[in-house]
Amino acid sequence: MSTVPARTAQDLTADVAGGIGHSPQRPDGVLKVRGEFAYSSDLWADDMLWGATLRSPHPSARIRGVDTSAALALPGVYAVLTHADIPGPSKHFGLVVSDQPVLAIDEVRYQGEAVAVVAADHPETARRAVAAIRVDYAVREPVTDAAAARADDAPRVHPDGNIVRYARIRRGDPAPTADVVVRGEYAIGMQDQAFLGPESGLAVPAADGGVDLYVATQWLHADQRQIAPCLGLPQDKVRLTLAGVGGAFGAREDLSMQIHACLLALRTGRPVKFVYSREESFFGHVHRHPATLSYETGATRDGKLVYVKGSVVLDGGAYASSTPAVVGNATSLGAGPYEVPNVHMDVWGMYTNNPPCGAMRGFGSVQAAFGYESQLDRLAAALGLDPVELRLRNALHQGSTMPTGQVVDSAAAVREILTAVRDMPVPPTDPGTDPLGLPGGAGNTTHGEGVRRGIGYAVGFKNVGFSEGFDDHSTARVRLGVVGGEPVAVVRTAAVEVGQGHVTVQQQIARTELGVDRVVIPPADTSMGNAGSSSASRQTYLTGGAVRAACRAVRDRVLDRARARTGVRDGLDLAGGNVVDAGGAVLVPLAELLADGEIDETAVYRPRRTAPMDPDTGRQDFAHLQFAFCAHRAVVDVDTELGLVRVVELAAAQDVGKAVNPGALVGQIHGGSVQGMGLALMEEIQVEGGIVRNPSFTDYLIPTILDTPPMPVEVLELADPHAPYGLRGVAEPPTISAAPAVVAAIRAATGRPLTRIPVRPQDITG
Amino acid sequence: MDFLRPRTLDEALAMRAERPDAVPIRGGTDVMVEMNFDRRRPGALLDLAGLAELDTWHRTADTVRLGAGVSYARIMAELADPLPGLAMASRTVGSPQIRNRGTVGGNLGSASPAGDAHPPLLTAGATVEVASTRGTRLVPAADWYLGVKRSALAADELITAVHVPVAAGPQQFAKVGTRNAMVIAVCSLALELAPATGAVRVAIGSAAPTPRRCPDAEAYAGAEFADRRLWTVGSPLPAVLVQRFGELVAAAADPIDDVRSTAAYRRTALAVLARRTLTWAWREFRDGGRRCA
Ligand SMILES: Cc1cc2nc3c(=O)[nH]c(=O)nc-3n(C[C@H](O)[C@H](O)[C@H](O)COP(=O)(O)OP(=O)(O)OC[C@H]3O[C@@H](n4cnc5c(N)ncnc54)[C@H](O)[C@@H]3O)c2cc1C
Repeated sequence: MSTVPARTAQDLTADVAGGIGHSPQRPDGVLKVRGEFAYSSDLWADDMLWGATLRSPHPSARIRGVDTSAALALPGVYAVLTHADIPGPSKHFGLVVSDQPVLAIDEVRYQGEAVAVVAADHPETARRAVAAIRVDYAVREPVTDAAAARADDAPRVHPDGNIVRYARIRRGDPAPTADVVVRGEYAIGMQDQAFLGPESGLAVPAADGGVDLYVATQWLHADQRQIAPCLGLPQDKVRLTLAGVGGAFGAREDLSMQIHACLLALRTGRPVKFVYSREESFFGHVHRHPATLSYETGATRDGKLVYVKGSVVLDGGAYASSTPAVVGNATSLGAGPYEVPNVHMDVWGMYTNNPPCGAMRGFGSVQAAFGYESQLDRLAAALGLDPVELRLRNALHQGSTMPTGQVVDSAAAVREILTAVRDMPVPPTDPGTDPLGLPGGAGNTTHGEGVRRGIGYAVGFKNVGFSEGFDDHSTARVRLGVVGGEPVAVVRTAAVEVGQGHVTVQQQIARTELGVDRVVIPPADTSMGNAGSSSASRQTYLTGGAVRAACRAVRDRVLDRARARTGVRDGLDLAGGNVVDAGGAVLVPLAELLADGEIDETAVYRPRRTAPMDPDTGRQDFAHLQFAFCAHRAVVDVDTELGLVRVVELAAAQDVGKAVNPGALVGQIHGGSVQGMGLALMEEIQVEGGIVRNPSFTDYLIPTILDTPPMPVEVLELADPHAPYGLRGVAEPPTISAAPAVVAAIRAATGRPLTRIPVRPQDITG
Repeated sequence: MDFLRPRTLDEALAMRAERPDAVPIRGGTDVMVEMNFDRRRPGALLDLAGLAELDTWHRTADTVRLGAGVSYARIMAELADPLPGLAMASRTVGSPQIRNRGTVGGNLGSASPAGDAHPPLLTAGATVEVASTRGTRLVPAADWYLGVKRSALAADELITAVHVPVAAGPQQFAKVGTRNAMVIAVCSLALELAPATGAVRVAIGSAAPTPRRCPDAEAYAGAEFADRRLWTVGSPLPAVLVQRFGELVAAAADPIDDVRSTAAYRRTALAVLARRTLTWAWREFRDGGRRCA
């Protein structure tokens, strides 16, 4: 395997304490563990008002009238706004398509849609004011079946029809045949990101007529771009600063309270704070698209894939959000990380009156993977082949051609990661009799009765960075100066720390590139250039690339100064706060060189540009920047009589190109694995007739530590020569393969087909 | 909203009588959730924390008087021997934090069909002690639960204690949830054997509008155990008996489809839990019997 790191191996392993390849302490770690970290919900201004939102109780209704007079009459209420109060020019927002009203205009399209907002001097007053607003709804029958919504005569959620995006792939033989064919229908429930810090922020009106917004988000510039036109302000009068973010996983990519807070602040001339409650949070952000999938997979008798035909319907809910991009992923990645000569994919992203769905970790790949991996297991059974062996015979590798026609131009370690998880030691087969170690756990439901062991495998993959022609880039500014006699680097970007540890990575890069210990990361804000979203597993690649580029520009100037000062021309390097010669001897301390003035450089990093897929065939040689792969082996014990599952072990192997921060990276793989396991076993927003039945952590269950098994991880570092330091995005792939692996293990234990996730106890007991 | 902090039980009862709008709060693990979700906006909270009368337990030869304010954590640590069923149920409640705060008094106050303390209180034949400025009365657990989240507690009363008979035989508790901890019961079951009287008692939770005993299953098992002289022979339980017992427990349920599960699954699961807990309790009885012999 060729490993061509972007720098020499020696450079990369050169021991910069807290540099690349180390796992230094996070700058925000101690505060977060001690509960002292200021999250967006802790924001405070002395004269601030509290915002609150009136939401629709109906998934679909016409609004005949809104009467705010009783609310306005309440003492302590400063403003009650409806869509009529939005200055415009735009009254809509949206990540890709601007289709969502800031406040409902004459109709509501999902339960929880914002209809009016209030600012009052106390949260309780604001709540009462919301309750005092009278809305006259004419309730309509909601459109709730995404597949049925495709029909020409289906009632329309939006005037232009219900299809947000349809994409397809036609590769190879239009009517392929094969020795062995398996078919399957699969379904995926609506998963929530379930972050801990509810939507919140503080908008402060500014003297220049603009507004300063402090908010927990994923992408400052996308927020700014959508907010400004609704306020009737130029972009530069809407300034955003990142507040403490309590998790995101995609749910903060869309706007929630941002425009509402700014509108109220500008209207009242007072700072306005919003904090959603947990229940409101379930209505305040998008979820993972539920999906129905229909697959047909054909292979030769000796287990070579001949074709994959897949059709996928993704329920996007009431507004588009990032549905178009989710459709793109499910289409282009829908055949799985395999070599398949003939591929037909048809993928629809639909409007319905269900809750809006958009970005969530894994983004279209999670849904497709449950389909294609379930199919591979069916095929293995039909062929009498070991499921891992079947996957190995078809594994994608460097040089393989994707269904789009794109040739994989760096490591695709599908074979390596599958064999890695297969060859890890298997946990002992006897689960013992302690209920805590058995399915049902603390409930004491079995002492071993009815328990059967199963093992399952899955592999998944995901594009890293924005695809299909998006101008993906990031910006960083690095200043090297002296504070207290010591060299200090200040790294500024607009990249958002959502908990993934990006600020640590920025520090590590600056240490490695500049040979300094102290690196300061001021809060991200829109005074810096666009960094893109903290999503798509892209921030270490993109903003990491920008920080590296800016550091290198600084470094070049430092070394120029050093050459001028010392007369030494060659082999200069930065280390330990000094300029050193080729032998490592100190030539001049940085602090001395910087006495002539600090050095300040800004760099924009642009990786190779992708391009859109052909709408008829899906053909595109470079739709995706990079692919990242993860494999799981799940070992489960199932109480076959009660349908309860205990995951005994969830082993993962992933190629990361370069482990920039091994500690944080394994944390990402662990977290992603548990999130995937949660989807397999319990995480579902239950929606009935457009109504959410479980908007609380009482009934939206996520795995607890007692559900979390040991998770051995094997990390491979097969450098991608195109990426900074050879790295590969890490965060999403583990979420993709975990769910199909867990379900495969349950199938192995029970013999049941289990075509829907989450798997419920009654699906196992039948 | 007022926050009332009585220093003694008498003071608390007086405040309760004066302030019908005051909601008692002990651990707060139900009350605070209701308030956070905006389902309840009481005029006052009547804080029962720190009232010595509620926070202690006493044991006599055959009964434990368990103060209404004793936490689940303490029941697990201090009362597992005399009250194994209740201690087992306590172990399944919430998380360590919840078990440190939550109380049996609160569970009775909420009277949720899913409350984990209820089934073992029913099988044990416990009595709820309530007090008001009018005096004290004792309510059998079987008469406590009137409907979904409705109990026999009068508006001016406080729960002071529960009198729970000391276990006279093996006790079991099992609870099904869709995750391995920190989960509200999809259904639950408590079972106990009383070798001295030959009784088999069983109660179910989250399976009907109120927690309830299963009289048909109890009668069937009691008769079968007697007919087959199982108590004296001590042989393994016949499979048909165990099977039929499970069926009768399931038949006693009146479950619903809801966000946590389906009625059909609840019945299936209850039958399984009944079979298993009966088998475990019987094994314990036989092992104990052998030890004594
Ligand atoms: C995260 C979480 C997990 C949970 N898991 C479980 C679980 O697994 N099983 C379970 O059964 N419950 C569970 N609960 C619910 C709750 O913990 C229990 O019902 C607990 O027993 C309540 O006790 P408390 O002392 O906290 O009651 P509080 O919240 O203080 O009060 C509950 C009710 O009882 C009344 N009350 C309390 N004490 C008295 C008294 N002495 N006299 C009269 N009225 C009184 C209150 O007015 C209120 O109506 C959970 C709750 C949470 C938040």
